[in-house]
Amino acid sequence: MKQIKKKILFGEYVSGIGLEKALSIKPEDVIKEIKDSGLRGRGGAGFPTGLKWEFAFKEESDEKYVICNADEGEPGTFKDRKLLTEQPEKVIEGLTIAGYAIGAKRGFIYLRGEYIYILKNIEKAITNLKEKNLLGENILNSNFHFDVEVRLGAGAYVCGEEFALIESMNGYRGEPRNKPPFPTQKGFRDKPTVVNNVETLCFVPYIVSKGAEWFKSFGIEGSTGTKLFSVSGDIEHPGVYELELGITLNELLEVVGAKNPKAVQVGGAAGICVAKKDFDRPISFQGLPPGGSIIVFGEHRDMLKVLKNFLEFFVEESCGQCTPCREGNYRLLEGVNMLEKGNCSYRYLRELLTLCEVMKTSSKCGLGQTSPNCFLSILENFKDEVIFR
Amino acid sequence: MNREMIDIRIDGKEFKVEKGTTILEACKMAGINIPTLCYHPDLTVAGICRICVVEIEGMKTLTPACAFQIERPVSVKTNSPKIRKARRINLDLLLSEHYGDCYTCVRNGKCELQSLARDYGIDNYRFPSVIKPKYEIDNSSYAIVRDQNKCISCKRCIRTCIDLQKVGALETFGRGHSVRISTALNKPIAEVICINCGQCINRCPTGALRANDPADFIWEAIDDPEKFVIIQTAPSPRAAIGEEFGYPPGTSVTKKLNAALRRIGFDRVFDTNFAADLTIMEEGSELIERLKKRIVEGDEIVKVPMITSCSPGWVKFAEHYYPEHLNHLSTCKSPQQMFGAIIKTYYARKVGIDPSKIVVVALMPCAAKKFECNRPEMRDSGFKDVDFGLTTREMATMIKEAGIDLKDMPEKDFDHPLGLGSGAGLIFGATGGVMEAAIRTVYEIVTGKPVPFKNLEITPIRGMEGVREASLTIENTLPEYRWLEGVTLNVAVAHGTANAKKIMDKVVKGEADYHFIEIMACPGGCLGGGGQPIPTTPEIRMARARAIYEEEKNLPVRKSHENPELQQLYKEFLKHPLSEVSHKLLHTHYTPRGKYFFVG
Repeated sequence: MKQIKKKILFGEYVSGIGLEKALSIKPEDVIKEIKDSGLRGRGGAGFPTGLKWEFAFKEESDEKYVICNADEGEPGTFKDRKLLTEQPEKVIEGLTIAGYAIGAKRGFIYLRGEYIYILKNIEKAITNLKEKNLLGENILNSNFHFDVEVRLGAGAYVCGEEFALIESMNGYRGEPRNKPPFPTQKGFRDKPTVVNNVETLCFVPYIVSKGAEWFKSFGIEGSTGTKLFSVSGDIEHPGVYELELGITLNELLEVVGAKNPKAVQVGGAAGICVAKKDFDRPISFQGLPPGGSIIVFGEHRDMLKVLKNFLEFFVEESCGQCTPCREGNYRLLEGVNMLEKGNCSYRYLRELLTLCEVMKTSSKCGLGQTSPNCFLSILENFKDEVIFR
Repeated sequence: MNREMIDIRIDGKEFKVEKGTTILEACKMAGINIPTLCYHPDLTVAGICRICVVEIEGMKTLTPACAFQIERPVSVKTNSPKIRKARRINLDLLLSEHYGDCYTCVRNGKCELQSLARDYGIDNYRFPSVIKPKYEIDNSSYAIVRDQNKCISCKRCIRTCIDLQKVGALETFGRGHSVRISTALNKPIAEVICINCGQCINRCPTGALRANDPADFIWEAIDDPEKFVIIQTAPSPRAAIGEEFGYPPGTSVTKKLNAALRRIGFDRVFDTNFAADLTIMEEGSELIERLKKRIVEGDEIVKVPMITSCSPGWVKFAEHYYPEHLNHLSTCKSPQQMFGAIIKTYYARKVGIDPSKIVVVALMPCAAKKFECNRPEMRDSGFKDVDFGLTTREMATMIKEAGIDLKDMPEKDFDHPLGLGSGAGLIFGATGGVMEAAIRTVYEIVTGKPVPFKNLEITPIRGMEGVREASLTIENTLPEYRWLEGVTLNVAVAHGTANAKKIMDKVVKGEADYHFIEIMACPGGCLGGGGQPIPTTPEIRMARARAIYEEEKNLPVRKSHENPELQQLYKEFLKHPLSEVSHKLLHTHYTPRGKYFFVG
């Protein structure tokens, strides 16, 4: 169990070291370092961060933007909240380095509406950093100017999707767009924009100051570094844990004090529901989804109720523009209600499974593409409990 | 400019396409049909119905063909089990949300959802279907009826209202399954800033939006032996109604229509072009008077540029968005309304019919005309000047209901008097037409000579560009118009209220040096009106415009002021343009409405 002792984000941090190092080298070299580190987006999708920056770097534009996605809305996730509350300087430093790397002079923190109470904290950090010349005009006499503003969301889960977030910032309904073009081509105000998760940005100062090789000593091949996990449910010690990627679910459950759980929802509502037989699988970009939310269900939990709860969430939170997500989630929930009443035929259940498949392939954004996961995994892993009631 | 070409593969076959072409366009060029629903050629791309999905090699998820622009070599599959399954299920999902009472639906046989269901051989509802309507129908408006039970949330109406027309009466409300298309504060459509243009109706794939159909009242009037029912027909419906009877777009059926209307039972069939000529006489004279007051008398109160007021959609748009600038609008009523006022006064007296027994029906390409004829300002004859505005689509249904096929009709003329229209009146139907007609007359009044254009065709203001401008220097004026000698008249033409907004914003800022502006609310002008046959596309509108200009070429009278029946009207009744009688019957005023309403 040696992995769990190695920490990055919850380890030592000196404000400004990463930024100073970044400003002393060329933006291309910053990007190379991040690429070499193998850092992948911590929001859930796991897109290589360095590559995203490189795309934005290569775009020619008078204005570019970096946005910190702090719209942490995945059920069971609260790790970004901890970072923003306790270490806002680190988030802003990461954002500043991202801005330097791609050539942006302005950055934004898109803060989840419900997190408004952290706003003051973040604004205080911005003031502090400006006083230390780590933000604002001519940062550390490098001739690099960078400013950060906070924008508040208004409670829509889908605004965590990067294009919905950008639309919301643009002043429109927070709805995902068709890709391509990607945000790195046409994002905020139609300018090249990088959107990174809070946690992703927090790793940046470390990687720049300590190097890609050091970062790669954490985690496993293809899933480098540590990861914050928001762990909740039927366990003894709920909270935020920093663990290395590649850790098995069993190992994690032991750390958090889970006693004989029946099921674990890995990766939030959009993730999958894992049964005992898969507890030895590693959590990584290749294995169980590393979204960061771990919800543990004890023996006494009714998995159909669990499923119903997730689906109610998706029916409510779908933005409602594309057919498979708007209507599909509603039909899945309707199906669960039928199962509950015992009047869902096998034939109709098969139709719903086909529907899940179509939602995954034809929804416009990640919400509709992942929302059937809970239906599929709970039906597969807890068939007896859910169907033969 | 040479655009970059990209090699792509569609279903294994190789093609070269310009960079930026969408997969949908590429497939169309390759002769491959991709089903669409939320896509419309006039609108911004939404990519939300997920019916047009295709497979791109290397991508895990399916891609909407309408939204994917080709920037790199791609290999596309348009038919695979994955695609068919997705299209089918998505269609099933839409059908299960749509209240499909097809046989009582105005779009029966012309519904895109219905034809997709047919093409996909749908023979049952996969998911539970809607058995009872959930929403009340909003028929608060004279022009537009909204039935949300049939809405499939494709948002074409919203993209029409916000992006195409820049009106913004409709928006999306709510989230997820409870998403609705609605108005501000869910107010009835008649109480918000809807301009009644009806463009949303033309682009709705289902029957969720339709015009408020007065056919039953018209039948009642026709069947009433006491009533004398007169119909006036505008040029645009005549160039389009053929489409409802299987003619290709761009077939003018004026004379067959005359025969059909008499067969239905209308007592007289008149030509709105006659009133268009009347409008030109009044509006042209108003322009000269405004210019004179401005140029000779230095009157600052009189507003120049003068802007046309024939399009009731545009008028309401101006009342909402430019309430402080309504004095730029010509005080002339639209031809429809001028005609109504003349019929119930001059004509009634001339033929000795009690005007209270006359019912005037106007066949129009327009939804907003229904609102216009119900304006309280439009009762100057002492009666409702025009009783009913009927759209092209509704007229076609009435004709079919009477068991008539337009194709079988003989060719018949209009009734007289009031049945003769000049070519100038005819081209009112196309964007730029009013301007062209006005210039032909004004130039000749002022100089005594016809406009210096070959065949009288003022080509710089023809076409489909959103905003068009032209200048004409007035030379060799008649003695009484010496003050206009050497003046260069700047004119502009805009169609679609988004383009109107561009011009108006310039006018408001004082950056426009125009003297006269023609604005039509609908893209393409009246021929693209909200009451015209569905579907509408840029090509169809072009074809209708061609039909109008072709017909115009061969007319004996092509200038409004040379219309002999009109000259007779002035001689016997109105005396001269802008006379006291004219002002009473043919001119009007406007209502500043503003953009906002107060919530009590």
